[in-house]
Amino acid sequence: MYEGPVPDPRFPGLRRRGFLAAAGGVAGLGALALAGCTGPAGDAAEGGGKPRRGGKLRAAFAGGGASETLDPHLANLFADAARAKALFDKLADFGADLAAEPRLAASWEPNAALDRWTVRLRKATFHNGKPVTARDVLYSFRRIADPKKAFRAKASLEPLDLKASRAADEHTVEFALKRPTAEFPNILAAFGAYIVPDGATDFDTKPVGSGPFRFVSFTPGRSAVFRRNDDYWDGAPYLEQLEFLVANEESARLNSLLGGQVEYAHELTPTTARAHEGRGQIEIVRLRNSAMQAFAMKTDRPPFDDKRVREAFFLLTDRKELVDGALSGAGEIGNDLFGKGYEYYADGLPQREQDLDRARHLLKKAGADGLRVTLDTSAVAAGFTESAAIFRDQAAKAGVRVKVAMGSKDSYWQDTLDSGTLCCYRSGAMPIESHFSQRLLSGSTTNATKWHHKDFDALYQQAQSTRNKEDRAAVYARMQRRLYTEGGFLVWGFADWILGTARTVRGVAHRAPANTLDWARFDKVWLA
Amino acid sequence: MTGLRSWLVRRVLLGAGQTVAVVLLVFALTEALPGDAAVALAGDQPDPGRIAAIRETLHLDRPAHERLAAWAAGLLHGDLGTSLTSGRPVSSYLADGFGPTLLLAALTLLLLVPPAVGLGVLAARHEGRLLDRLISSVTLAVYAVPEFAFGVLLLTVFALRLGWLPPTAVGYGDDLLAHPAALVLPVVVLLSRPVCSLARLVRAGMIEALASPYVAQARRYGIPGARLRYAHALPNALAPAAQQLARTVDWLLCGVIVVEALFVIPGLGTVLMNAVAERDVPVIQGLAVVFGCTAVVLNLGADLGTYRLVPRTAVAA
Repeated sequence: MYEGPVPDPRFPGLRRRGFLAAAGGVAGLGALALAGCTGPAGDAAEGGGKPRRGGKLRAAFAGGGASETLDPHLANLFADAARAKALFDKLADFGADLAAEPRLAASWEPNAALDRWTVRLRKATFHNGKPVTARDVLYSFRRIADPKKAFRAKASLEPLDLKASRAADEHTVEFALKRPTAEFPNILAAFGAYIVPDGATDFDTKPVGSGPFRFVSFTPGRSAVFRRNDDYWDGAPYLEQLEFLVANEESARLNSLLGGQVEYAHELTPTTARAHEGRGQIEIVRLRNSAMQAFAMKTDRPPFDDKRVREAFFLLTDRKELVDGALSGAGEIGNDLFGKGYEYYADGLPQREQDLDRARHLLKKAGADGLRVTLDTSAVAAGFTESAAIFRDQAAKAGVRVKVAMGSKDSYWQDTLDSGTLCCYRSGAMPIESHFSQRLLSGSTTNATKWHHKDFDALYQQAQSTRNKEDRAAVYARMQRRLYTEGGFLVWGFADWILGTARTVRGVAHRAPANTLDWARFDKVWLA
Repeated sequence: MTGLRSWLVRRVLLGAGQTVAVVLLVFALTEALPGDAAVALAGDQPDPGRIAAIRETLHLDRPAHERLAAWAAGLLHGDLGTSLTSGRPVSSYLADGFGPTLLLAALTLLLLVPPAVGLGVLAARHEGRLLDRLISSVTLAVYAVPEFAFGVLLLTVFALRLGWLPPTAVGYGDDLLAHPAALVLPVVVLLSRPVCSLARLVRAGMIEALASPYVAQARRYGIPGARLRYAHALPNALAPAAQQLARTVDWLLCGVIVVEALFVIPGLGTVLMNAVAERDVPVIQGLAVVFGCTAVVLNLGADLGTYRLVPRTAVAA
């Protein structure tokens, strides 16, 4: 289906440029939309100057304390993912548009029915000198899917029939799937689907991966030191050493960056960004479209089981005010659909604007005059409580009385999954297809809007059985139109993900939503 | 001496009982928190199947009393159990976090007593005069500033504006002693409040002692001022201060959370914060045992100290 371009180790930027051009050529709607915001230039070449070898980069992340582990399949936090990315590889990973691009897999090829995929591996070696083989791939996937374990990527690998999958030869894996899956590469790129050596179980004392960096030392909750892997298949990193440090407080990450104790600080606040942007002391990097910000309406219970009420809620929202107030302006307005700027995003739909008259009219028609609803929120994510307060005031203008209820931070997601009627919701970047399959199908395990529609499920299956990409894009567009008119997610914005770097740091990708390949990717970064 | 021994035995037994009570209370409170380790681990992917699987792997599906019993049985063998989130032994968590916290506490204690006693005595000597009023109002003012605000203030001025000191201890790991500059601000923040409270206690005790009949008697014998103050009056003034000092150590061990978070010092406070966020009950319990024992031992020590300083006052058990 798609043959990966051959990487040229001398020009790391070229490979990505090649890929994006190729994707733009074949993809329909989604990829065309993408051209506007992604541009042709390779992200890795950004920042100016000629890459220089050597040096040590220290990166501060919020971490998980003493319970951190280097087991890549247990990766749960951004810090875990960043460390796993340095030590290990996946078969594929997501580009800035959330389309899967090949990594350890050199190519993938489906059969006619789209339920058997042949994946050919590129020549790569683990840090112990052994080649990455089909056996390692199957071991890794079987470990993740182990029914007795609870690895995060397990749900993503669900379509695979690993018993029937086999190694055709040393470098070829034949994956059997339970049903046609046109978006199979997304599975290979799933969060946490890293390839580890056959039989590996201990990752904290001496993890062996095939990634751009080799293990040096690790103290959970404090520091992980890695050094350059000169034999890396995608070209050796420029940095000699990479150290991940843990600082849970945003102020601590910022202070250590300002004080020259680290060169890279992950996850800063919009206020910090505004205070330091363009001041010359540090560089602020905004990764656009990283986090969807929404209110989730439970479509299976009153008052939101009436689609007129849902539409009224879409219309009584002033998105600009929410972005400015709750995200301090660090983001873009949403259009009630997930995945702005991603592959297959339906960007042809008109931007929804506040229309109080029509909202009132719809509420009246639905017999929901003087409606009272409780909006669940919590300090679990940035902007949640602020957005709830702003929305309460906006709703009041249409005569809807919103009561804001504060919930526990640590159990919020589980609490709001099944209970309540309206809650603040957020999502990191993932392909639009994954958003559908994980949250909007009748059988989805985290269906926060209780969107259960047989015809919607059928459309999803149809898309997955459609080999032609343009036809598939058309089906996705239909699904999105449906969600746009009567879905349960009131997507009011997309938040930037904000990083800070020292002025000497070059090559940090600016167009990589959190969770994508180029986000927290240090093998293309150098110190000037 | 037999009186002291039976007093000690009673105190140790009481302390053990207190520790058990603390552990039980902590267990009950953690159980009462919404959500458990499985929910916390699942985060924003609260897939019910995954939560159930995590629960089963962590044995969280067993009833609370069984888990408590299993943990207590292990404790009798000196086994603090294993963390729910990482599967590593709790003792390794404590060992890792103990070093930095102990270092901070020890440094603070070491630097705490001389200025506190000095300030207290100085203020007492100038009772009612300008110096006394100055010391009293400054100590009261500093005492009123929360650690976090004080820390941020110092950090902004001395680390970020002037660049004299490193803003955090990020990246220094265990080897904090090799980077003494990183310890200055945390220790100053930790010192700020105890110095004030202790100085005020010493001042009050000293004024009382200096006015007491036995000091007046000593004065009549012509004992010189310095000896009078330091050998005769000060021990009496220190008795309440010793109790306060024990409480300060408690606070140092348990209450450095703010300082650890602000300056990124990976001590017990950080371990505790993460463990609570993750509902990692065995780690929380382990910390409760350690904190409980420390508190009991320290208070015992303080009472013993008071006994030594002022043998005439009867020590209440």
